[in-house]
Amino acid sequence: MYIEQLVFIVSSAALIGCALMMVIAKNTVHSALFLVMCFVASAVLWILLEAEFLALILIFVYVGAVMTLFLFVIMLLNLDIISREKGMFVRFLPIGIVLILGMLAMMVYVISPEHFGHLVPVHESADYSNIKELGMVLYTQYVYPLEAAAALLLVAIIAAVGLTFRGKAHRKAQNINEQLLVKKEDRLTILKMPSEGKEE
Amino acid sequence: MLNELIPLIWIIAKILVILIPVLIAVAYYTYAERKVIGYIQVRIGPNRVGVFGLGQPIADAVKLLFKEMILPTASNPILFVIAPVIAIAPALAAWAVIPFGDGLVLANINAGLLYILAITSLGVYSVLISGWASNSKYAFLGAMRSAAQVVSYEIAMGFALVVVLMAADSTNLSQIVLHQSGGFWHWFWLPLLPVFVVFFISGVAETNRLPFDMAEGESEIVAGFHVEYSGIAFACFFLGEYASIILICAVTATLFLGGWLSPFQGIPGLEQAFAFVPGLVWFVLKTWVFMFIFLWIRATFPRYRYDQIMRLGWKILIPVAVVWIAVIGIAIQLHIPPWFT
Repeated sequence: MYIEQLVFIVSSAALIGCALMMVIAKNTVHSALFLVMCFVASAVLWILLEAEFLALILIFVYVGAVMTLFLFVIMLLNLDIISREKGMFVRFLPIGIVLILGMLAMMVYVISPEHFGHLVPVHESADYSNIKELGMVLYTQYVYPLEAAAALLLVAIIAAVGLTFRGKAHRKAQNINEQLLVKKEDRLTILKMPSEGKEE
Repeated sequence: MLNELIPLIWIIAKILVILIPVLIAVAYYTYAERKVIGYIQVRIGPNRVGVFGLGQPIADAVKLLFKEMILPTASNPILFVIAPVIAIAPALAAWAVIPFGDGLVLANINAGLLYILAITSLGVYSVLISGWASNSKYAFLGAMRSAAQVVSYEIAMGFALVVVLMAADSTNLSQIVLHQSGGFWHWFWLPLLPVFVVFFISGVAETNRLPFDMAEGESEIVAGFHVEYSGIAFACFFLGEYASIILICAVTATLFLGGWLSPFQGIPGLEQAFAFVPGLVWFVLKTWVFMFIFLWIRATFPRYRYDQIMRLGWKILIPVAVVWIAVIGIAIQLHIPPWFT
């Protein structure tokens, strides 16, 4: 129990610290990296709650893919001008405090014992599989919401393609077959001409 | 307090028992690479330090340790130093769930397959951070190329692993190996052949190896993401790269070639004759096969063009893996022997 508590304290302290640093950091790339650390710390907390599927999916999807693309975009943009601007933190502080209080009230309401049930995590036996449990609940009790979410995601994919697709006329695509069928004669002509020689 | 500490020390000892051979394997894999590629290209390879050049990896390591690590003035110093550390850490951490034999595993967790996928997906951060923190155009180009490539091939790899977990009905790596027991024809390489190929190609791409080494691309962007690095930090990138190559090979052997299982299982006579060989030996031999294929690929193929890499990943590997999910789903429903009974 002692080590488990130590892990809990360290990772929750890291989570809070990284979340604060994410907001405070001047550099946008640093902010994004602190957000990555937040995800990792919360994955550790989920592992402690024996929700290993959610924790690993959080790392795989959010840290491995989503944040990579975030960083990709942030690094390509020249955000130095915005991050050097002073007074941003103070200017948005009132709105931030209102939002924090609102979220805090919601959290206190939701995590209260009458809604959340037992507050001490129960240790499951060794043959307990978090993935199987989740699958059982998702594909029986919540099958319609799951299907609805899947349909929503499909619509989002089609919409993203539709928004960026500019039609055949404006598109510069490579015809791979054409490229592979290129012969030497198409690209190269060998000219035969008499050598000029040095003029005496 | 003391009762808690003893298992902790025991775990640390087990970690060392795994990591020290892995690091020795990394050192001698660099030697094997130079030797194998040398012979493939009709050269001799390193032969000066020690007998047959066997001291070469140690000489290289000593040289890199004593070299100065230069910090570029315009770089971001903290991230610049952190990036090589991130390169090694996931490549070594993923070894925790690899089963070396029946019960010979550090952490026999249920979500082993997911753990491998999650941990290896962290490797891209070292490339991204080093490319950005170096504050160099070449390093940055390498990082951008690598990020897009790794994210694309991770999807193909993820789908390949979905097929494996469907076939084995488990995400525990030891269970996946035990599900393949019964000899050479019972292993997953045959029913999952297209996925096996997809997984291995994605593995080559994930580790940024030739022909997918867009992050480095010596002839295009000098050395890509590690162009500003020198000394021990440079060595760290290579340590991480080779450790993840060996990891990918070990995972492929576990998932598709039956891990520690003997290839002579079920053959009368041969099975008894080779019964004395421990499972670890079979596992290492199978891993070596893939490690050799990595070198063979590197010695023979030219680098892909960037758009062709993306085309291969998105238009060929992912559709193949998705189609095979459906095929395996049908095969499991029909209980096709000997794999899905």
